[in-house]
Amino acid sequence: MKYSLFSLAANTLTKHKNWKPALVDAHPKAKYDAIVIGGGGHGLATAYYLAREFGLTNVAVLEKGAIGLGNVGRNTTIVRSNYLLPQNGVFYQHALSQWETLEKELNYNVMVSQRGVVNLFHSDAQRDAFARRGNAMRLSGADAELLGRDKVQKMMPFLDFDNARFPIMGALLQKTGGTVRHDAVAWGYARAASELGVDIIQNCEVTGFEISNGRATGVQTTRGTILSEKIGISVAGNSSMLAQMGGFRLPIESHLLQAFVTEAVKPLIPNVITFGAGHFYVSQSDKGGLVFGGDLDGYNSYAQRGGIYTLRDVVESGMAIMPMIGRIKLLRSWGGTVDMSMDGSPIIDRAPVEGIFVNAGWCYGGFKATPAAGLSFAHLIARDEPHKIAKAYTLNRFASGHIIDEKGQGAQPNLH
Amino acid sequence: MRINCPYCGNRDVAEFSSMGEEPAKRPDPQQADAQTAFVDYVYLRNNPAGPNKELWYHGQGCRQWLRVNRNTLSHKILGVSLAAGGDQNGK
Amino acid sequence: MANNSTLTPKPAQSTVASQPNRLAKGGQIERSLPLSFEFDGQQLGAFSGDSLASALLANDIKLVARSFKYHRPRGIFSAGSEEPNALMTLGKGKYREPNCKATSVELYEGMAARTQNAWPSIGFDVGALASAFSPFLPAGFYYKTFMWPSAFWERIYEPIIRQAAGLGSASTLPDPDQYDVQHEFCDLLIVGSGPAGLAAAIEAGRAGLRIMLCDEDFAMGGRLSSEKLHIGDQNCAEWANSCLAELASMPNVRICASTAIVGRYDGCTYLGVQKLSGGPLSKAQQTYAEKLWIIVPAQVIMSTGATERSLVFGGNDRPGIMLASAVRTYINRFAVAPGKRAAIFTCCDDGWRTINDLKAAGVEVVAVIDSRETVKNEVLALGANSSAKVMLGATVIGTKGWKGLRQISVSDQQGDVSKFEVDLLAVSGGWNPNIALATHLGGKPIWCEEISSFKMASDDRVENVQIVGAAAGQYSLGAALNGGLKAASLVTGIKAKFVLPKTDDECFGITPLWVLPKSVGKNSKGQKSRGKAFVDLQNDVTNTDIDLAWREGFKNPEHIKRYTTMGMGTDQGRTGTVNGLAQIAEANNEPMGLTGNITGRPPYVPVRLGTIAGLHRGKYFRPTRRTSAHEAATELDAHFVETGEWLRPQWYTKAGETNWLQSVTREAEAVRKSVGVCDVSTLGKIDVQGSDAAEFLNRVYINNMAGVAVNKVRYGVMLREDGFVMDDGTAARFGQNHFVISTTTANAGKIMQHLYYCHQVLWPELDVQMISVTEQWAQYAIAGPNSAKAMKLLVGDYLDLSDEAFGFMACAEFSLDGIPARAFRVSFSGERAYEIAVPAQYGQSIFNQLLSLGKEWDITPYGTDALAVLRIEKGHVSGPELVGQTTAKDLGFGGMMSKKKDFIGRVLAGRAALIEPDRPSLVGVRPVLKDDRFSSGAQFLPVGSSPVADNCLGYISSVAYSPHVGSWIGLGLIAGGSERIGEKVRAYDPVRNKDTLVEIVSPVFIDPKGARLRA
Repeated sequence: MKYSLFSLAANTLTKHKNWKPALVDAHPKAKYDAIVIGGGGHGLATAYYLAREFGLTNVAVLEKGAIGLGNVGRNTTIVRSNYLLPQNGVFYQHALSQWETLEKELNYNVMVSQRGVVNLFHSDAQRDAFARRGNAMRLSGADAELLGRDKVQKMMPFLDFDNARFPIMGALLQKTGGTVRHDAVAWGYARAASELGVDIIQNCEVTGFEISNGRATGVQTTRGTILSEKIGISVAGNSSMLAQMGGFRLPIESHLLQAFVTEAVKPLIPNVITFGAGHFYVSQSDKGGLVFGGDLDGYNSYAQRGGIYTLRDVVESGMAIMPMIGRIKLLRSWGGTVDMSMDGSPIIDRAPVEGIFVNAGWCYGGFKATPAAGLSFAHLIARDEPHKIAKAYTLNRFASGHIIDEKGQGAQPNLH
Repeated sequence: MRINCPYCGNRDVAEFSSMGEEPAKRPDPQQADAQTAFVDYVYLRNNPAGPNKELWYHGQGCRQWLRVNRNTLSHKILGVSLAAGGDQNGK
Repeated sequence: MANNSTLTPKPAQSTVASQPNRLAKGGQIERSLPLSFEFDGQQLGAFSGDSLASALLANDIKLVARSFKYHRPRGIFSAGSEEPNALMTLGKGKYREPNCKATSVELYEGMAARTQNAWPSIGFDVGALASAFSPFLPAGFYYKTFMWPSAFWERIYEPIIRQAAGLGSASTLPDPDQYDVQHEFCDLLIVGSGPAGLAAAIEAGRAGLRIMLCDEDFAMGGRLSSEKLHIGDQNCAEWANSCLAELASMPNVRICASTAIVGRYDGCTYLGVQKLSGGPLSKAQQTYAEKLWIIVPAQVIMSTGATERSLVFGGNDRPGIMLASAVRTYINRFAVAPGKRAAIFTCCDDGWRTINDLKAAGVEVVAVIDSRETVKNEVLALGANSSAKVMLGATVIGTKGWKGLRQISVSDQQGDVSKFEVDLLAVSGGWNPNIALATHLGGKPIWCEEISSFKMASDDRVENVQIVGAAAGQYSLGAALNGGLKAASLVTGIKAKFVLPKTDDECFGITPLWVLPKSVGKNSKGQKSRGKAFVDLQNDVTNTDIDLAWREGFKNPEHIKRYTTMGMGTDQGRTGTVNGLAQIAEANNEPMGLTGNITGRPPYVPVRLGTIAGLHRGKYFRPTRRTSAHEAATELDAHFVETGEWLRPQWYTKAGETNWLQSVTREAEAVRKSVGVCDVSTLGKIDVQGSDAAEFLNRVYINNMAGVAVNKVRYGVMLREDGFVMDDGTAARFGQNHFVISTTTANAGKIMQHLYYCHQVLWPELDVQMISVTEQWAQYAIAGPNSAKAMKLLVGDYLDLSDEAFGFMACAEFSLDGIPARAFRVSFSGERAYEIAVPAQYGQSIFNQLLSLGKEWDITPYGTDALAVLRIEKGHVSGPELVGQTTAKDLGFGGMMSKKKDFIGRVLAGRAALIEPDRPSLVGVRPVLKDDRFSSGAQFLPVGSSPVADNCLGYISSVAYSPHVGSWIGLGLIAGGSERIGEKVRAYDPVRNKDTLVEIVSPVFIDPKGARLRA
């Protein structure tokens, strides 16, 4: 059922009684050509691309709860491709180009809003580092502009240019960056995948792998054993749990990332802003709430809830650049479990067990990567070889030393 | 979250920084497969959902490294001891 | 809390006469303290003790808001923080605060309140046109359209949607208020001061426990102020006041009104927010608007009460439709009659108690409509003295009145419809225990049939929490009081001593009416509910929205919540969500509580961001670290640069200099030609002692530190265990068992932590101790050909500086005229240079002394920029090269890596990718055309190649104008490194619109043999 202004008008006449389900809950079959574990943004996108790009339609997405309620439903909705290292730059730029046409492709308005991402800098050294990044972005095909203080002030007069502890000296701007309505991404992919024949199976928790002669042949679930020769793991913060069932370990720690939203106010912040001397990023949702976040709480966690220290650190940082927000009220805070990899970059690769594939280690970057991660992971599962944009995201890179460490923090996940 | 530091007493988590799960003992650099052993040591983690044996640094207190046995699902602290001298269970 | 508004109350010009709905007597208001306030420009009167909502109702103002999506007229619905409708903007200019709940704001003198989300006025709002289009705008309509053409989303559709959405409008000026932060460690935190909380406080307070008793309301007492019940022979409000008076006299009890406990966190830590002042604060007052409490109690009693639920029927949102409990609050607590002719619509016993309160307030009650077919006699008796028509098994199926309720249509049991002209409809859908706080740590509520709501399965004794009173479903007054006493006695460990007088025992029977059935009435006349039936008043979510979402496959409550936005408003859906969940459960044919519940997310009520930031604002966002010689540098017109938290002189402006480049160049030339002095105190300094100190350092540096002779310094590099460079610095050996090592400014803390890790975790058996002494020692570099002369004047009497005694890389501890001092002959600039360290309190005087002693050679203070010029000329790496992505070999230190010992990072530095010969490594760059200028961050591309990532060879890391070379020079990392010396490449810098042809050269631009170091 195609969505459009006309179908909306037509259905208005029938009092919206005839809309077909967008989310279709399937029952598990005994065997599939491919199984994707995890009904989050990446898992649903992977299933969609398996069907759409690689003709694999006998595919199941297994979700232990309800789809779209993990990190795809908990992030701060930012999309951007402002990466320093070319392995990431090329990948995320591909993702950004996919976002630009996603609503048409899915016939679902995911509200891609390319309102611009502004990274503020506060010292000469940081300006040079941002220039390096901006230049690298240009080489990777992304857009980037280095703005001086005056331009930043003209764009965002509400920032603190007078009394800041770390004065604002300028910014790196990516005009094509912005926000996307996160829930809609999960629903749009789910609807499109279902229409292509994918079975989306909710309340179906994987409890183990069927492995014979070192090869995975299926999964055990709370709804019985389901067979498949190709099994993709796309479960973000729970990756290590699945790895453990498969008998291997990953270079990943699960960490806690909080996110925050204020009460809705009339349009105030035109774009996405990040602070260069603290951990803070913010945008305003179409509903009017300021959606923001900051640093990890810093310790391993699966609890999906954070602490006061990080709350204060993030809000202090927000107030440091825009003291006008003091009288806007925090409405809700929540936490997500992020799969922090040891070098801060993702893994899209075969697992040590044949037949199992891993898509993990997304750190903060999972949401913005969704279309490219889905496409690359589907490519790997369908063809058993990496997509050209994701060749660097191997598991072996830690042994070979080809690590992709954007921040230069080394093997300490909570610093990436 | 609060951690009961053996030196300083019960303190807010803000005073500490976590190094995550403590890996197995640092490998012998002379061993034959030292590079593989070090890759495992530096990069691979069990990352359990449940009790986790972790290393924490009380940077804004006594500057001691602590072994903390902590549940990553409930954030409950099950045991704390000094890294230099305490045992692996955080006792 | 007493009203502590800044303005002196004006004389009593506002009288009861000007407040038409104010009752002649009663209430907890201070009639001797009249207040005046402004509402949409209209001057109105009220009394101290009023909330903004009660003041508006007293003045017969019912239309106070427009709804979020359809801009429907809305009135005051509740009397607390659960309010979905009455959101207003308070204050003007920089004090403007949007989205304040009129129902929980304490009125203050001079308050300026305005309606929001309405244009041009609340009475005539163009946005209400949305109502006409509402058939086109069902839940989630925006996901189905606005997709074409795609560029229109950002340019047309989204701006329109954004402008239409949003509630109030925030100020764009800095928040003028100040906020305080306080920590509290008490024996017992009691959240909520209703009957259960007060009983617990009295009992535990008399036992001597240190108690913090909080209530989000500005008046303590909870429902005790709102009901006409009795405790013994006292009115319950009087009883509450006497309890509060006794508690106020106890030194061990802290009573905090206007203090919402908004979050429960791990480790028995609670976040509270206290409103300290209503109105704008004058500068002179020097006080705080709000206070953030961080509370760590040993035990907690959650007596958080319950919130009444709405009922879902057509037209249930009109101004004049109000929760029955709120009606009683306005009458009993505020002495305000919220209407003139009222009806009551309920599905539970509790709604009936409103009859007599209305009657006592002189409000005519025309009908009591109960959806239940049978009601207990004792409940029926509540209506016995009233002329109200009692209708059992009946439901309200429609309402009329655009800007205020005028009429309701009621279908009786048979389906016959009668109409009543009323301006007030009190609705009661039963009560929800306020368990949001209890669920913040992930506790799951369970469905309880007895109260037809969710409650916590049990107290969380592990976290020392007890839930009591209405929050635990103990709804009657007697049960709540007993619950509080019992909990307190569990905390004190002794049997409760307080003897409860006999109390009223109300009925709380309920048969929930979640949503009107498709057809009401038993006979063929079956009536349908007419008009929009709102489940979530704030977000304009109707029962048909939920139906539609369900049909579209959104069957999980969490999906429906996100798709329809139910429960996502500033009230977190406290009066409506359970009704919505029941509708979903019915559609799914599941029992209540199976899939959805009402877990809350902090904060419990919205909190100003300013309050959370507290004192860490503006210049105080983070500490500022200044070196000992900061004042001296300021007097020399230093321009400071942020280096982490440190402020360091970046350059010093001399009279006549008009730009930084002049100053920096002069300073660098002075060092090359004569002598300069630089404050290097911010570099990390770590004192390492013990019989294994040398062995320890040997394990953490790549080079041999055990071999450093006493009174010698060695440059060293540390790796991380993953084989990449972590930091560089020097190790000075002052004794067989004593080293002082230096780190970069940026990494001082990190290296300290790393060294403690290495010792305490990896090698606790080593006999070594270490401590940071960065702040304890001030240190200055004296560099240049005349440095020895200046140095000699300063320390010559105390230390032999001859090359024999104190050659290159020497160090010494000595007494400088009685001051402990250290000297080092090290150089970052490439010139003969010294560093001198003294205890920090002598730093500034040593710095000034150096400047005066060195006058003969025109000694020049130089900043970090000149320092950078000098080190780039010399090819020394620094922060821009130590970025955590470079190996020792990349930076030219490959040869330093000892092969004779193990050290941190050695093994993994041997990985294939880390020893690839074509890794980018350190080189110098200079422009092919002498006058060209390039910048740090430019990327290297082969000449003639296209600018794509695959062609990138590396980048320029550091750039400076070199007076020595006479052009701009730089350091960079390029694939192949020194093999490319002599090659010309592009320095591609598109973000600065530059593309410069540069030549790759040696990174050492001056004195490659090091003769000047020893000169």
